[in-house]
Order: sequence, then C-alpha cells, then structure tokens
Amino acid sequence: MCSRFRDSVILSAVLALSLAACQREERNFQGLPSGSAVANPKVREVELVPGGNVPADSRPGPYEENAYAVSQGKTLYNQYNCSGCHFQGGGGIGPPLMDADWIYGSRPANIYETIAEGRPNGMPSFGRKIVPDQIWQITAYVRSMSGLLRKDVAPGRTDDMQVRPQEQSAQKAKPVQSAIPKSAEIP
Amino acid sequence: MPVLFAHALVQQSYSTLNPASPQARLVDRLGDSMFITAAVVFGLVVLALLWAVFRRRDSDEGPAEDARREWPLRTSALVATAVTTAILFVFLILDVSVGRSITTNPGKGALQIRVTGHQWWWEVQYRDSLPKNWVTTANEIHIPVGRPVVFELKSTDVIHSFWPISLSPKKDQIPGDENSLWFQADSAGVYRGQCAEFCGHQHAKMAFLVIADPPAEFASWLARQRDTALTPTDALARRGKEVFLASPCVMCHAISGTPAGSRIGPDLTHLASRRTLAAGTLPNTRDNLIGWIVNPQVIKPGVRMPPNQFSGPDLLALVAYLETLK
Repeated sequence: MCSRFRDSVILSAVLALSLAACQREERNFQGLPSGSAVANPKVREVELVPGGNVPADSRPGPYEENAYAVSQGKTLYNQYNCSGCHFQGGGGIGPPLMDADWIYGSRPANIYETIAEGRPNGMPSFGRKIVPDQIWQITAYVRSMSGLLRKDVAPGRTDDMQVRPQEQSAQKAKPVQSAIPKSAEIP
Repeated sequence: MPVLFAHALVQQSYSTLNPASPQARLVDRLGDSMFITAAVVFGLVVLALLWAVFRRRDSDEGPAEDARREWPLRTSALVATAVTTAILFVFLILDVSVGRSITTNPGKGALQIRVTGHQWWWEVQYRDSLPKNWVTTANEIHIPVGRPVVFELKSTDVIHSFWPISLSPKKDQIPGDENSLWFQADSAGVYRGQCAEFCGHQHAKMAFLVIADPPAEFASWLARQRDTALTPTDALARRGKEVFLASPCVMCHAISGTPAGSRIGPDLTHLASRRTLAAGTLPNTRDNLIGWIVNPQVIKPGVRMPPNQFSGPDLLALVAYLETLK
C-alpha cells in the first residue's frame, strides 16, 4: 500500500513537471520595442568592403531562441521571395545559404545588414521595405538553414516543398505490364 | 414551442435557425423535425417511467395473474422498440436525401467564386474567361440573389472552414486540396460568415460578409470592381500614394494600376468600398484604418501584418489615399 502511495506521488510530480514544460517560449506579437537599439540597429551606410568577412557586431539576434519567430521567418523567406534567388537554401541566382560559407559574415548582425542594406552584384536592399522585426525573423531563419540555431528552435516541417504529392493524394495509376529488361533475363 | 423560442433568441442574420437559402432551409427543416420528434419521444419515455414508478402493485395475487398482467407490458415494449427503429430509419433516409440534394451540382449558369482561406482573412476571387476581368477582393463576397453560386474553397496555410451561417452548412478548406459548396440566396441582404475550424490565434476574428444584391446591382458592382485604382486628383492623396509605394505595405498588398502587386495580404484596390477591416473585426472607418495601420497587433494580436512606423503627415496622406480606393 505504502509503495503504491509513493508511486502515485512520484507520478504526479512527473506530471506536474511535464506540465511546466508546456510553456516553451513567449510569442511576442508586438515585435521589438520601438526605439531600442535592436529594433533600429546602426548599419554601415557605405564603406564598401566586398568579400571581406567583417564581423560588425557580435551580439546575438533577438530571435535566435524563439521557434515561433524562426518559423515566421521561414514563411516570410518564401513570401518575400528570398527563395526567388537563394531557392530553398541551395542557392542558384544568389549564393547558397545552407552551407558553411559566408561572404559577408554569419553573425546575426552581418545577416541583418546584408538584408537591410543589400550587397554588391544583385542583393537588393530591403531596409525600407521590410520592418526590422521581420528582418530579424528572416535572419534567424537564414541561420537555422546551416544549423546555427538550436535543434528545438529550428523549423521541423515544410508543407509546400514536397518532391511529389503525398501518397494519400496520389492519382490512381493504370498498371501497365512493361517488357522484361535485359538485366532480368535468365542467362 | 422550444424551437420557436430558440428562433426568437438569436440575432437575425447570424443563425442557422434563420435560413436564407433553399439549402440552409432543408437542413434547418431536418434539424427541426429531428428536434420535435426527439422531444415527443422523450416526453413519452418520461411518462412511461413515471407510470412504472407510481403504478399500483397488488402483492397477494398469484403467479397466473402476474403473467396475465405482464403480457401487454411486454408487447408494448416490443412495439416501442420497433417504432424507435422505424423512426431512426426514416431519419437516415431523410438525412441522406437532404445531403444529396444540397450537394448535387447546380449545373450551368452558376456563378463561380474562389474563396481562399488565409490566417486570418479570406481572399475572394471572381474568375472570368479573360484574366484581365478577374476580380480579387477580400472578406466581402457579393452574390446575385436567386442565382446558384458555386464556391471553390481552398487554403494556403492551415485548415479553415467556410461557414456562411444562415445561407449554407459549413465546408472545410484544406491546404493542397479543393472543396466546393453551392447555395443561392433567397433575398437581398447582408449575411455574416465565420471560420468554423480552429486555425490559430485569431480564428475568432476571421469573419466575412456575404452581401446578396439584386442581379442588376451585382453586375454593376462587379463591373466597378474590375476597374483599376484611379490616380488620385488631390495633392494629399497623391502624396499618400507615394508613401504607400515607398513603404513596407507593398511587400504584401496589391493595388491594381500601381506597381504594388503582392498577393500575400488582402488586395486593396477597392478597399474603401468594403464595409469591414481585418476580416470583419472593425467597421471600415478612417479612425479604425489609422489604428489598424499603426498597430494591428493591438487589435488582432498575432496577425501577419506588423506594426508600422509612419510620421504623422505621411500617415494622414496614406489614409487619404486609401480612402480614395472606392
């Protein structure tokens, strides 16, 4: 009897602990407090340094630990057509984002600057078109592509990049008997 | 009658108990007949139960007398079971026939409208054989009275459910799939609709209006919606157009006739002709529009539109421009 009581105490303690784990993070809908240094980061205006890996600022981005913000960044990455040049991270017209190479630095402030100010030979400046909060979200997502964020923060699901429709929505095929290939013939 | 009482309790245009289309009326009638039958059966069962509890029992009679009394009881229990089964079968048949008649294709001559669910608003598109005649609007669906309207229901993000409450039963909008639904409105009026599948933070503030117009009025509405936005004539609104085109607005919103052509957020070409803002959340007034532009996150936390920073004069010019988009 006593051991059963002890078991139930342990079980309820475990349950209480796992309930506490439900609250993972805050979703900050208001965005960054306006007027703060993070919301209005000082970004170099010209000082053209193509190719040089210049870490401007080593502070972490505001959304490096926020899974909600990173997934918002992922949505925006596609909606704002970053994927038009960088594709799904593999690159094409623009450089790949999912590898370890960084032309203009991998720190959040570097990436923010790249998006906000643009870079020579093609990367447009989005500083006046995307609000700082969303640039930080995209920054966090770009970093997650090469595994620079924690695994439990990085997005785990893609709904629109399937190489084929899911099996449950596959078109019903008409099976056809094909000729036996040479390799399968009995010698 | 409890049903009549329930009818009186709910607001006119916002109830399934107040059907405004042949389709909704069939479902409403089926629901009413099920309710009334169930109420009668419930009353009979309660009466039988009371009789069983309070009937006289004579203990001194022999077993032969008991058996004589039990016979009619057993028979009536059997009859009740048979009647119950029959009623359920009748309802099965009624249910299937109502389901069939509201899903049968209305045939040619129906108006096609594509409604796409987004978190948390509705994109409404009237297609045409000429793509330049396509009309895209948001959160407000104009339909002609008395003509069948087929809705092609889609979603781009999560599962939503399209529910024009007093006009039709609801139908899910599933990403990667297409559903359809049709109805025709009996009489002109403004009907409210609502997302009926939990779709995230602002599911509750994802409403729409169905506005049933007489056919001639509908045709002129559609013709007006096909127009591109006019270049404003007064200086303030012209300045507002510049503000709009230079601001983050253009990343998501489209205004036809201008370079803004993004399809992420609602099309603003005829924003000022719509009655509500933010998917039925606010009446479309100047003050609400200003509040919504400056900080939508206070009005609808979690909505995809970010807070925007404009200087005072820029904001007034922007709103003056948006108000010209009739």
